Amino acid sequence: MAWTKKYLRVNLTEGTIKVEDLNMAWANEYLGQRGLATRYLIDEIDPKCDALSPENKMIMTTGPLTGTMASTGGRYSVVCKSPLTGAVACSNSGGLFGAELKSAGWDMIIFEGKSASPVYLSIQNEKAELLSAEALWGKSVWEADAILHKTHQDPQLKVAAVGRSAEQGCLYAAIVNDMHRAAGRSGVGTVMASKNLKAVVVRGTRGVGNIKDMPRFMDATNAGKAVLAENPVTGQGLPALGTQVLMNVINEVGAMPTRNMRETQFEGAHKIAGEAMLEPRKSDGKPNLTRNGGCFGCTIACGRISTIDRTHFSVQDKPEYWGNSGGLEYEAAWAMGSDCGVDDLDALTYANFLCNEDGMDPISFGATLAAAMEMFEDGDLTTEQTGGMELKFGSAEALCWAAEVVATGEGFGADLGLGSKRLCEKYGRPELSMTVKGQEFPAYDPRGMQGMGLTYATSNRGACHLRSYTVSSEVLGVPVKTDPLETDGKADLVKAFQDATAAVDSAGLCIFTTFAWSMEDIAPQVDAACEGEWSVEKMLEVGERVWQLERQFNQAAGIGGDQDTLPKRLLTEGAGSGPAQGKVAELDKMLPQYYELRGWNTDGSMTDATRQKWNLPA
Amino acid sequence: MQKSLTIDPEKCTGCLQCEMACSYQSDGLFNPSKSRIKVFNFHEEGRFVPYTCTQCDEAWCLHACPVDAITLDASTGAKIVNADTCVGCKVCTIACPFGTVNYNSDTGKVAKCDLCAGDPACAKACPTDAITYVDADATGYERMKEWAAKTDAGMTAGA
Repeated sequence: MAWTKKYLRVNLTEGTIKVEDLNMAWANEYLGQRGLATRYLIDEIDPKCDALSPENKMIMTTGPLTGTMASTGGRYSVVCKSPLTGAVACSNSGGLFGAELKSAGWDMIIFEGKSASPVYLSIQNEKAELLSAEALWGKSVWEADAILHKTHQDPQLKVAAVGRSAEQGCLYAAIVNDMHRAAGRSGVGTVMASKNLKAVVVRGTRGVGNIKDMPRFMDATNAGKAVLAENPVTGQGLPALGTQVLMNVINEVGAMPTRNMRETQFEGAHKIAGEAMLEPRKSDGKPNLTRNGGCFGCTIACGRISTIDRTHFSVQDKPEYWGNSGGLEYEAAWAMGSDCGVDDLDALTYANFLCNEDGMDPISFGATLAAAMEMFEDGDLTTEQTGGMELKFGSAEALCWAAEVVATGEGFGADLGLGSKRLCEKYGRPELSMTVKGQEFPAYDPRGMQGMGLTYATSNRGACHLRSYTVSSEVLGVPVKTDPLETDGKADLVKAFQDATAAVDSAGLCIFTTFAWSMEDIAPQVDAACEGEWSVEKMLEVGERVWQLERQFNQAAGIGGDQDTLPKRLLTEGAGSGPAQGKVAELDKMLPQYYELRGWNTDGSMTDATRQKWNLPA
Repeated sequence: MQKSLTIDPEKCTGCLQCEMACSYQSDGLFNPSKSRIKVFNFHEEGRFVPYTCTQCDEAWCLHACPVDAITLDASTGAKIVNADTCVGCKVCTIACPFGTVNYNSDTGKVAKCDLCAGDPACAKACPTDAITYVDADATGYERMKEWAAKTDAGMTAGA
């Protein structure tokens, strides 16, 4: 069955835990994880509720392939209403936690209400209990992880926790599992902390079975692994350089957002790129990258495991940061690097460690700092507000300091924790916030990659690259090469990517597989595992239904077509250099056609016909 | 020719495909917690190390068993636990110096690597060749070859 067909409902207000049966009619429509949990969310909360109130719910959810031998089958997602955007939040993470939850016998956990005092949820197979987290509150994720392993005397315990940033109300706080994998975006960690829930610990020893057709599943997953191994991106590029394989590539095509997106190319990109992480350093002859690492079941293994130069100013008197931990991914390296103008690889790695240690989304953190730096340079912010720190573009000291104060919420750290939109509004420069629906941009400037402009504008969780990665087509030529500066055909491309991605997320797989896999590779794996029939067509149908459902949530939350837009800077200021020089994001050329493809009204609102077609809740 | 599992931790990414393959082979489901091969994550050091039974010639687990439940499979050299005979006394888990025989509380028996009757599932599942099943008398062959290649290169450069 792939699904365990059971989930936990944890009422934090009452302190009760119930076992419930999975709604299999919904599973047939939404598959699992992202889609299925969103179906539960829209059924159970008022989309207009305050995201940080007890009325919001938070769902930790696996997919039907989570915990299986399918390559990358270890993903879980956290679904709730986002405090950063007010829209639906769905943040996906790897590591080992998701598979462990499945192996304990649970498809998902629905958290509701708010505990009167700090608690954590402990799951040992069938046994689930809420325990006091008084001793954990005020601790970082890493400290909490160590305490929990010691308390439970179980080295194989898997931990997902929030750090101090979430406790302090940072609006882009993440949930970090296995020390350095994160459900990173949209402030899902902030929601978790708002419920006084510090951590979830799981030990699952039941295993994942009940695959519909096991021999066929083994054949299909083996075939899938062979495709990943033979593909140059998933078989060579990602294992060798991680997502950081992109830094130099994106800079060259002129789509590297730099200094709060004032520019589209960064002169220091080569110093913080994946290749630079392999260069031996002067101090100890070791490179930044120790090795690559894989999440559960992943045969790509793009993860970075890194050290910081012990002689670097950020850690020279902090031996606790001298060991290995999760290294830079492209998004983190871009946001804290080129967007802040910082080209110091060790400073970036240190700030990245802090983002993992205290659970901050490095994209939103870096992009918010970049906006603050621009306001500082323009005189809207001074050392009076920052407490003495000169927030200048290019300052590695400012970056390290900012990560430290956002982690603890001290002083100006509380302002930086607001995210770029609220920060820029607070200091009178709303136009400097590079956000859509309140969420910060990732690492592709839409002026140099038109499809990403439409992607950001229409993403259901605010600006995001993981909702429709047209970079794949516009730069890497997968599945077909399209011209990044061209708008023709991009509405179709974005819709196709959005639907396919939603289906992959809902299966419990990682979207990085789609550099090599098409739905022709994925559907047979799902079909062999899950009861019912899961053809390519059905998978794409599920993907589109998930997309429409998320849109329906946002519309009900009061977020309509007027928010399907981009910051003025990208729509009116041409790129200053590179292949896209002089080009703006031509959203108006793509958006009407996109709405038509989606079956929405010209103002982006849902039509009754579309709602009925997809059997969406009213 | 007898074969032996050979492990090269430098190649391991910690993906746990081997643990899933092992549990699938023996129990028919994906359950790393019941795997006979374990991958250890030395987080601070940035190392993943798979570890399992090396099939000692002088197998202390076999000698320690009071009911002769552990026997030699002469074709593979594996020391096999006969679950029907095992009484779950756990003496073998104490005798094994490497900790690679473990008790399974669900079955009341011990479990250890049996080399899958000469076709180990872990080695087949490993995507990076960190686990291979090779000639037992030449487990160092690949490493020797790597060094031999370097020696060649040096001579060419010097010539």
